Amino acid sequence: MINKLRLIIKREYLAKVRNKSFIVMTILSPILIVGMIVLIAFLTDINDSEKRVLAVLDQSDYFKKEFQATSSTSYVQLNDISLEAAKDSTITMGFYGLIYIPKGKNLEQATNGVYLFTQDNPNTHVIGAMESIFQKRLRQERLEELGVSSEQFSGIEKQFEINLATFDGEKSVKGINEIKAFIGGMFGYAIMMFIIIYGGFVMRSVIEEKTSRIIEVIIASVKPFQLMLGKIIGTSLAGITQFAIWIVSASLLLFIVVLVFDIDLGAIAADTSMASPAMQGMPQIDGEMMLYAKEILNIPWVLLVGSFLVYFILGYLIYSSIYAAIGAAVDNETDTQQFIFPIILPLMLAIYIGFFSVFSNPHGPIAVGFSLFPLTSPIVMLMRLPGGIGEGGVPLWQLLLSIVLLIITFWGIVSLAAKIYRIGILMYGKRPTYRELFRWLRY
Amino acid sequence: MDDILVAKNVSKTYGDYTALDNISLKIPKNCIYGLLGPNGAGKTTFIRIINQIIYQDSGEVIFDGKPLAPEHISHIGYLPEERGLYKSMKVGEQALYLAQLKGLSKNESKKRLKYWFERLDIGDWWGKKIQELSKGMAQKIQFIVTILHEPKLLIFDEPFSGFDPINANIIKDEILQLKEKGTSIIFSTHRMESVEELCEHIALIHRSEKILDGRLSEIKKAYKNNVFNVGLQIQQEADTFLKTLEEKFSILSSSFDSDEMQLNVTLQLPSNHTSDVIAELSKKANINRFEETIPSANDIFIQTVNKRENDK
Repeated sequence: MINKLRLIIKREYLAKVRNKSFIVMTILSPILIVGMIVLIAFLTDINDSEKRVLAVLDQSDYFKKEFQATSSTSYVQLNDISLEAAKDSTITMGFYGLIYIPKGKNLEQATNGVYLFTQDNPNTHVIGAMESIFQKRLRQERLEELGVSSEQFSGIEKQFEINLATFDGEKSVKGINEIKAFIGGMFGYAIMMFIIIYGGFVMRSVIEEKTSRIIEVIIASVKPFQLMLGKIIGTSLAGITQFAIWIVSASLLLFIVVLVFDIDLGAIAADTSMASPAMQGMPQIDGEMMLYAKEILNIPWVLLVGSFLVYFILGYLIYSSIYAAIGAAVDNETDTQQFIFPIILPLMLAIYIGFFSVFSNPHGPIAVGFSLFPLTSPIVMLMRLPGGIGEGGVPLWQLLLSIVLLIITFWGIVSLAAKIYRIGILMYGKRPTYRELFRWLRY
Repeated sequence: MDDILVAKNVSKTYGDYTALDNISLKIPKNCIYGLLGPNGAGKTTFIRIINQIIYQDSGEVIFDGKPLAPEHISHIGYLPEERGLYKSMKVGEQALYLAQLKGLSKNESKKRLKYWFERLDIGDWWGKKIQELSKGMAQKIQFIVTILHEPKLLIFDEPFSGFDPINANIIKDEILQLKEKGTSIIFSTHRMESVEELCEHIALIHRSEKILDGRLSEIKKAYKNNVFNVGLQIQQEADTFLKTLEEKFSILSSSFDSDEMQLNVTLQLPSNHTSDVIAELSKKANINRFEETIPSANDIFIQTVNKRENDK
């Protein structure tokens, strides 16, 4: 019996890895991914090197010193011309825009009349930069009225950051929860991708056996459940092979590309993290980098990788047996759509719950609920786990309960799927409905 | 133990649909057993139960004296009606895989496959993919894979579909030789001409029930109804001769060949005592043919099914 299972696994594995499109994907994907990273780096570079020039027409004389060139913006002072003339020259010189500060009795009156003229709608970064310049000047003015000198003012300017520590005295850093959830999220995301890609492979492989009519020849020799299990295991081994090749070759390729093109990956990382609001507050100071590194090393990696394996295996078996049942129930791939959506739904839900709820509160009621619910727990629990178990992390009972629920669901779903599979593989020419599938469960 | 397979009161339902209704059969060893019936009669369901692909709801199946069990799978070879092979897998690899699934070792499988590939003259296909072969070629490979593990019981479901007449003949000869070597064979079909040629026993399944079974020769005997074909060489005009015949016999049909002066008549006799009839006829004309019509399997099939339909 075990012998036959091994034969099936071997055949499924070889059939998969010898498949032309599989080979092409295996080779092409790392190239595409690295290519994309290089492209992003390249575009980021272009983006940064673009310099905006703004014309400043200051008729009030309050802002002579405020417009200092920065890495992305420089200023040209226009003097003694009318607003209309300034507009014209801004356009003819091809500047990004014109800042107009009218005459005023005092600073406040002048600032109230400030306009930014641009060709198109201005970039939010530009608006933000301008607003902060005026705000700063106004604040300084008011403080000077209260008797604060400009030297004292630049003293106030120093940014304040709160120091964080846990109760046992360990120093902590901002954003570490998000980073931890992000690392867990990567594991969860990997599980989701694996299920969607290789679950689909299992399904197509079942459909292929049906349409080529070999299925009855095979199940005259082996039990349908053995065939289904062998197919799932064989396909997942092929998947793991592909993933491993991807990771190794992509890292190698990336390493080479970075060396050859001299790309600053840190810049991209910082840039992409800016896009996600959860990741704001990333370290800027080198000293803090050490703290972050320490925190990341403090993540319970053994627990995390161990649980990843448990959740990965159980989650993949649950979902891919559903995929196998769907493949058995239909005659061709176009009929699968109505059944695929309900499978993808909990996976997507888990990812979104993870990114929106677990990031902000890893141990809140929603995070706990979905990390116990078996169809989402493989992803959501992994996002919570980098915080460790026990105090300050996931309570041990939640982890155990979640795994127990997952195992129960695994038995339930796999035996239901096996029933549908057993009936479905011998059914031809019927377009199945949910009701039909439900009837098969009673055969 | 004279029977390779005994089914006792086997029933199977799918939801509200009854696929097999209380079927009992005895399939003797070392014979070719025809399992006949219209499409959807329940033949395939019965065969799948023997192959343990599905299980009966009630009743018992005995294989070679023991209740049917998973270990019997390696003693059964099954060529399903819905059959195919992996399209993108090479012929040799595929045959090896299927042989190993039946429990043969890799080396033994290779040895036997080589023998059969030579025997059926397909040795050079080993490295080809199925999608490069014609349908008939793929059927040959499936036949080999079915019989390779030398099972005690072979089940062929419509084995000749997909074969051209020449290859069908080759396969038929192979089946007969397997029987000579002592294999028991179940042959499921609704093509009656091959039944006449091959089967010694038959069972007729209709609408989930067995309605007839036994030795084909005995069934035919039972279905004989004293109809005789007679060829007569006559000297006179056919019409007048027929009239004189009609006074003594009931004539079912007649035809006349004027070139040869040959009159063919089909007679319905009250019994199978023919000596009086022959004496009577030979007074009138020269008898050059006199034979009893034996119903064909096809006639029996249609007659039995129709009778069953009318009874309901």
